[in-house]
Amino acid sequence: MRKTYIGELEEVILLMVAMLQEEAYGVAVTKGIASQLDRKISVSAVHATLHRLEEKGYAASEMRGATAERGGRRKRFFKVTTAGSRILREIQDTRSQLWNQLPPNALPI
Amino acid sequence: MTATPQPPQWINKLLKSVCKECLLEEIEGDLMEFYSDWLDKYGSAKADLLYCYHAIKFLRPYALKSIFKVSIFRTMMIKTHLKIAYRQLVKNKSFSFLNIGGLALAMLVVTMISIWIWDELSFNHYHEDVVHVARVMQNQTFEGGDIQTWRAQAIQLAPALRETYGSNFDHVATASFQQESTLFYKEEALKKTGIFIEPSGPELLSLEMVKGQRSGLSSLESVFISESTSKVLFGYEDPINEIFRIDGRPPVKVTGVFKDFPSNSAYGDLDFIATFELFKQDLPEWLNWGNSWFQTLVQLAPNKTIEEVSLAIRDVKLLNVSDETGSRFEPQLFLHPMAKWHLYNQFENGINTGGRVQYVIMFGTIGIFVLILACINFMNLSTARSEKRAKEIGIRKAIGSERAQLISQFYTETLLISSSALVISLVASYLLFPFFNQLTGKELSLPWNNSVFWLLTLGFTLFTTLIAGSYPALYLSSFKSIGSLHRFSQGQSTISARRLLVIIQFTVSIALVIGTVFVFLQINHVKDRPLGYDIDNLMILPLNGEDLQARFEVFRNDLLQTGVVEEVARSSSSITRTGVTNSGLSWTGKDPNMQDEFITVVVTHEFGKSIGWELVAGRDFSKEHQTDQQGFIINEAAAEYLGFDDPVGRKVKWDVHGDYTILGVVKNMVTQSPYDPAKQTIFLMNYKGASKANIAHLKLSSQRPIQETLTAVEEVFKRHDQSNPFEYYFVDDLHSKKFKAEERVGKLAGFFALLATLISCLGLYGMVSFVTQQRTKEIGIRKVLGASVTSVWGLLSKEFVGLMLVSCLVASCLAYYYIESWLAQFQYHIHQSLWVFIAVTLSGLIIGMLTVSYHTITASMVNPVKSLRAE
Repeated sequence: MRKTYIGELEEVILLMVAMLQEEAYGVAVTKGIASQLDRKISVSAVHATLHRLEEKGYAASEMRGATAERGGRRKRFFKVTTAGSRILREIQDTRSQLWNQLPPNALPI
Repeated sequence: MTATPQPPQWINKLLKSVCKECLLEEIEGDLMEFYSDWLDKYGSAKADLLYCYHAIKFLRPYALKSIFKVSIFRTMMIKTHLKIAYRQLVKNKSFSFLNIGGLALAMLVVTMISIWIWDELSFNHYHEDVVHVARVMQNQTFEGGDIQTWRAQAIQLAPALRETYGSNFDHVATASFQQESTLFYKEEALKKTGIFIEPSGPELLSLEMVKGQRSGLSSLESVFISESTSKVLFGYEDPINEIFRIDGRPPVKVTGVFKDFPSNSAYGDLDFIATFELFKQDLPEWLNWGNSWFQTLVQLAPNKTIEEVSLAIRDVKLLNVSDETGSRFEPQLFLHPMAKWHLYNQFENGINTGGRVQYVIMFGTIGIFVLILACINFMNLSTARSEKRAKEIGIRKAIGSERAQLISQFYTETLLISSSALVISLVASYLLFPFFNQLTGKELSLPWNNSVFWLLTLGFTLFTTLIAGSYPALYLSSFKSIGSLHRFSQGQSTISARRLLVIIQFTVSIALVIGTVFVFLQINHVKDRPLGYDIDNLMILPLNGEDLQARFEVFRNDLLQTGVVEEVARSSSSITRTGVTNSGLSWTGKDPNMQDEFITVVVTHEFGKSIGWELVAGRDFSKEHQTDQQGFIINEAAAEYLGFDDPVGRKVKWDVHGDYTILGVVKNMVTQSPYDPAKQTIFLMNYKGASKANIAHLKLSSQRPIQETLTAVEEVFKRHDQSNPFEYYFVDDLHSKKFKAEERVGKLAGFFALLATLISCLGLYGMVSFVTQQRTKEIGIRKVLGASVTSVWGLLSKEFVGLMLVSCLVASCLAYYYIESWLAQFQYHIHQSLWVFIAVTLSGLIIGMLTVSYHTITASMVNPVKSLRAE
């Protein structure tokens, strides 16, 4: 099978899911990105990305935790799958590998 | 529990109806959480808005139900559909040609008509506040209860309106009518059209200033010129403060340049605007309320309407005018709004009876009819074609096509046809516009960069596609495959519906053709009307210079000596345009209550000889009789008006001018509208009024070439008048100009009638081809049993001849009714004659039969073996 790559937004969101652990659902991820990365992103975009990650097998989800605030509706909580953590690590490794090979003064300040 | 605000329900419903059910819960839940945040932060209004915004952003492919997704399979099929549609077009070449051609023709007609109508309807709408601008008009009742509507007013009206009714108006301005003047700048002399108006004029006309301010027309010597005039006079120099002269008036200084008015406005030809004060200097002191010589324009205050102000000012003139200056005519004032000047310019008995708007309605109707015809044909031909494809549908279904695929297949085919028609019609109209402009005398073009135009054309194309494509797409695709494989012919009901359509088409085109023929007959009839004078080689020369008028005899002798001029005479008005009327005459036998009115023309001795009028009694003016100075020559209409059986030698008393003797009677001449009967006219030599005999009529020799004559006349003119440009008109040109409007209508109607006939022939052709194809087998069997080609041809054509006869009958009745009402507006008009109806009907039948016979003859000549074997 062809190797699947993930995009920058997907990477950020997947990391956020990992960071939030048990609390990773649409609203929390959106707010997390807004506060941590100072990046405005609409909840619908986050949803679309989360579902795409799930489709690609990097995340899994389950429905639970209805609250009154949501009008009794449940949340869909995501967690990172093994494939997901593998690809995150891979990205991290490739990046540091590249960084290590960077000659000093290669980047203009 | 307090009711917390809820997000709008409709958006939830929308989400519910289009989103996947499994996702709905989390989407709504997350949105609700954000909603409560937004409520705290921004309040309910903005929260609602944000909620909707984010909810709509959820309508992405991943969240939508599968039916809203375009399946990749279907997108691939579009390519196949296009390919098959193209093959169908190429396979049935004549059918495609008819269908695309017919539709393109109709689109062409409709595009042109709509652009023309748009231009007419937007006349004068350049004005920022067109609903509040109006001209003051007056209705006056003359003898016999004849109410006349004038657009001219007295000079005293504007001040009276300002003083007493000031709160109704933003601006009131007296102005001259638009008139040609000569502008003198340095060595140059130019003829330009201008208006003299009071200082509030520029505001009132909503001038768009290129240089200077609208308020710049305040001092006597200020003048505004149009951008184009500025280019002509001053080139690229700054025109401000340049000085020139208008006719013989004191010099004026340019204080502003205005952008040329759009050609579809009442001021389209306006080149300069000068002050009314300047104009007033040449006017006599004694002008009173009885002298309606000017126009009065008003702009209402924003909170007033035309109707209420009309009512308020009704009696302003009546209250001011004295008995002898016209209160007996019971003048009533009213306002004629600027938006109606162009299309509603006719008044009858004081009531607005429309005018040009009738042509707008007429062409609009034609346009709609042509459109309907073309749509009908298009539908007819497409459905006739698709009936033949019932088998194809059956096989497709048997192989496993979905109904949705068949529907999109048919729509694609129809769309291909209608969009090619659109492209063709756009190209054709682009090419035809110069010709069309020549016909209409307008400067129109396709509004390429107008989004409304594109929306309309594309909308129309889609609409036709939908209408014409729906029958095959929805109806045929619904067949069970086994049924459509069996099907051969169809029921009678659709055939009779098509018959009706053919009748309607033919009726419309025959009616249009009959109408056009009558328009041309009427024009020719009026053109052939005896003029009463000799129009050939008659030239008119306006004498603008004062000294030229004074030294006329010398000028005349010089002209005669050139040998190219046979006779020269002066008169106060051109023979093609008499307008000055006078009253106050009394004679024995005059009804004391009669308010007499005569057209008066001041002439010199040789006038009759120059124009070649025909005396029916008495004699012409003669230099041998000194007393002829107090003589009248009258026309036959005047003799009748006076009530004299033997008018020659009778005396007529004219209040201030003394006694006159009638010397002779001439035949009635066409001196005004050629459609109206001749009015009572008096020709005289001695006159103390304001009119000057400043127009020379020259009878040219027919022996010399025209160029030589012109050079000779110009040379003499230049010798006597160095200041004014040489300006001349030929009377036959002036006369034929009077037919321009009607000729234009005739040509346009003819153009559209031709197109409509073409379209309906296409329809007929399609219908016949359809019917003969359906009857191929029948014809084969008949021929096997011994039928001849002629009898088969007769059998097939019979039905169509009947249909055409019916439509000719209906068309004749319709045309008769409309033409009668059109002719009624002309006093001098033809009567509808039967032979036109017969001729048009016959030629319609012949054209129809030719169309029909092409198919029926081919069908009846086919070898029966072939037609019976084909399956």
